[in-house]
Amino acid sequence: MELSPDLLRQAHYWMRLARALDDRGTFLHKQSKIVGGYFSQIGHEAVSVGAALALEPNDVAAPMHRDLGCYLARGITPRRILAQYMGRSTGVSRGRDANIHGMGDLNFGIVGFISHLPASLPVAVGMAQAFTLKGESRVAMAFYGDGSSSQGLAHESLNWASVFRLPVVFICENNQYAYSTPLSRQMNIVDIADRAAGYDMPGVVVDGNDFAAVYRAAHEAVKYARAGGGPTLIECKTMRMRGHAIHDNMAYVPKELLTEWAHRDPITLLEDHMRGIGLLDNVGLSTLLAHIEAELDEAQAFAEQSPYPDEASLTDGVYA
Amino acid sequence: MTWDQGLHKEISTIASEDASARELTYLEAIRDALRYELLRDARVLLMGEDIGVYGGAFKVTQGLFEEFGERRVIDTPMAELCMISVATGMAFQGLLPVVEMQFADFISSGFDSIVQFAATNHYRWGQAVPIVIRAPGGGGLRAGPFHSQCNEAWFAHVPGLKVVAPSTPADARGLLISAIRDPNPVIYYETKALYRSIKGPVPEGEAGIVPIGKAALRRQGEELTIIAYAAMVPEAMQAAAQLEAEGRSVEVLDLRSLRPLDEEAILASARKTGKVLIAHEANRTGGIGGEVAAIISQGAFEHLDGPITRVAAPDTPVPYSPPLEDAHRPNAAKILDAARTLLAY
Ligand SMILES: Cc1ncc(C[n+]2csc(CCOP(=O)(O)OP(=O)(O)O)c2C)c(N)n1
Ligand SMILES: [Mg+2]
Repeated sequence: MELSPDLLRQAHYWMRLARALDDRGTFLHKQSKIVGGYFSQIGHEAVSVGAALALEPNDVAAPMHRDLGCYLARGITPRRILAQYMGRSTGVSRGRDANIHGMGDLNFGIVGFISHLPASLPVAVGMAQAFTLKGESRVAMAFYGDGSSSQGLAHESLNWASVFRLPVVFICENNQYAYSTPLSRQMNIVDIADRAAGYDMPGVVVDGNDFAAVYRAAHEAVKYARAGGGPTLIECKTMRMRGHAIHDNMAYVPKELLTEWAHRDPITLLEDHMRGIGLLDNVGLSTLLAHIEAELDEAQAFAEQSPYPDEASLTDGVYA
Repeated sequence: MTWDQGLHKEISTIASEDASARELTYLEAIRDALRYELLRDARVLLMGEDIGVYGGAFKVTQGLFEEFGERRVIDTPMAELCMISVATGMAFQGLLPVVEMQFADFISSGFDSIVQFAATNHYRWGQAVPIVIRAPGGGGLRAGPFHSQCNEAWFAHVPGLKVVAPSTPADARGLLISAIRDPNPVIYYETKALYRSIKGPVPEGEAGIVPIGKAALRRQGEELTIIAYAAMVPEAMQAAAQLEAEGRSVEVLDLRSLRPLDEEAILASARKTGKVLIAHEANRTGGIGGEVAAIISQGAFEHLDGPITRVAAPDTPVPYSPPLEDAHRPNAAKILDAARTLLAY
C-alpha cells in the first residue's frame, strides 16, 4: 500500500508535535511549572501516531503513558494537555489527574489512562463489545507495554476479544524495558506477538520506529476488525529513549543500546523518507518546526494564564 | 549441604551500617530492618518490581541486591496478583517473603490474593501465611489519584490480616521486623512523604522491636487527645506544640497498628482527657477514624466531654492540582482548627 503524501505530511506534523510537546513538558518540569512525575515518550512517536492515524474519527482508543501522539492526532490539543500538566482548571482532567493520566475525552474517542497497567485493555474490549452489540461499525484500539503484557489482565483481554470476535486492535509497545526491568525478566519469548496464536488471532511484529510499517499494520488490522474478522495483536518493537519518568537516569540501560536506537530515530526515518520522495526539504522542515514552536508558545501561555481549580470545587465530580 | 547453609547469621555478628551514629531516616530504617532480617534468617527474601538492580522506585532496597544476590532479592515480572500468590506459595514451603508494591495504589491489582486467600487461609485450613506486603502510601507529593492513596482501611476491614503504619524511623524498623516474624499476612504501610523528611534514633539488633497491636503515646496531655498514625503523627505533634504554646495540654497517641487496634491505649487516653480528635490522611467515610470513634463511644462514653471529632481527607480521589491537593490533605493547621473547636466545647 502506497502511503499518500497527505498522510505522510500529517504523520510528520503529529510526530514532530508530540516530540516538541514532550520536550516542552520536560522544560516546564525543570522550571517547576509542572510538578510531580513526568513521563517522556521520545522514541514512541511512530507507534502512537501510526496507530492512531489508522483509526476513523468515530473509532476509539485507550492510549497509555507514552502515546502523546495518539492524543494529539485524535484532537486533544496542546493547550489542554499543557494545562493538564500544570494542574489548571482548563486541563483535560480539570486539575484532577496527574500528567498523562486521566487525559480522556470521549468526544475524541480517547479513554483516560488508568495507571494500573494494563487496566485500559479490558475497557477497550468492552467498548468494542458495545459496538458489536449495538451493530456499529466502529473499532477500539488498546495500547499496552512489554511490562504490562505480564499481567493476567492482558491475557484475559486478548482471550475475551477473541472469544467474542470483537473489533479490537491491540498495540503492544515493546520498548525493551518496563521501568528498570528488561524483557528477559518479563518473558521467555522473543516476540510478544507470538501470544496471539494462543488466542487464535493474527499476531504481527512491526518495526515500531517505522511510521509506514506501523500504519500499514494498524490499517490492515482496523480494516479486518471492521469487517468482522475480530481482534489483531500488533507488536511494535521500539525503544524508550528516556528514563521511565523524569527522575530516572536509566543507568541500567547499556549506552550502546541507546546509541543503536538513536540511529533509528522514528522522526529522522520518516523525514529521510520524505526527503527522498521530494516531500520535505530544509526550508519546509524549519517552517514546520517554527509553526510548532509558535503553537506550543501559545498553548503554554494559555495554560499559564488559566486559573487553578477553585478549592471550593474539590468535591465536584465525585459522582455523575 | 542444605539449601540455606551459611545463610543464617548469629545475631551478635550482625553489625549495623554505622554503629556509632544510629540516626536514620525513615527510609534507611526500613532498609535497615530488611537487611537485618535478611542477614538473620535465610528464609527471608524480597520480591517486587524494580527492587533489585534498580534498588526500588524509592530506592528503599538499594544495595540489598548487591549484598544478598538474586535469590534473596528478586526482581519480578510486572504482576502483582501473581506476585502475592507466589509469596503465599513460598510461605507454605517455609520461606518468608517480603513483597514490595511499587506504590500502595497498585496493591489493588493483587487484591484477590490478599483478601480472599492469604487472609482466610489459616482460618479455613490451618495453614499460616507469613508474608509481608510493603505498601508505600500517602500524598502531598503532587502525584495524583493513582500514586497518593491511603488505602489501609480496605485491609483493616479484613479478618486474618494485620495492618501497620509507622510514623517514626524507630517504628519503621521495629514494626517491619515484627511484621516479618509474624506468622500472619501483614500489610506494612510506609509513608512516602516521610521517607527522607524525618530522621531519628533507631535501635539496633534485637532492641527496639515494636510489637504489632501496641500504640505509642507520643506526648502526654490533660485536656485533649489527638489520635493519629503515619503522616498525621508529625502534623498532630506540631498542632499539639502550638496549643501548648497557647497554654493548652494535649496528648498525642500514635496508633502504629491499625489492625489490631490497641483498644486499651485508645480507651485509657480517651478516659483521661475526655476529648478525642482523630486525624488521618485517608478520606473520612469508612476510615480508621470511624472504628476508633466507635471503640471510644462504647468504652469511654461516660468520660467524654465533647464530640469525638475526625480530621480526615474529604471523600474524593486525591487530586493532582496543588491547590486542590492542599485543600484535600489534612495537616497541622486543619488539626489545630478542629482541636480548638473541640477544646472550646
Ligand atoms: C499494576 C501496576 N503495577 C505497577 C505500576 C507501576 N509502573 C508504572 S509504568 C511501569 C512499567 C510499565 O512497563 P511497560 O508496560 O513496558 O510500559 P513502558 O513504561 O515501558 O512504556 C510500572 C511498573 C503500574 N502502573 N501498574
Ligand atoms: Mg516497556
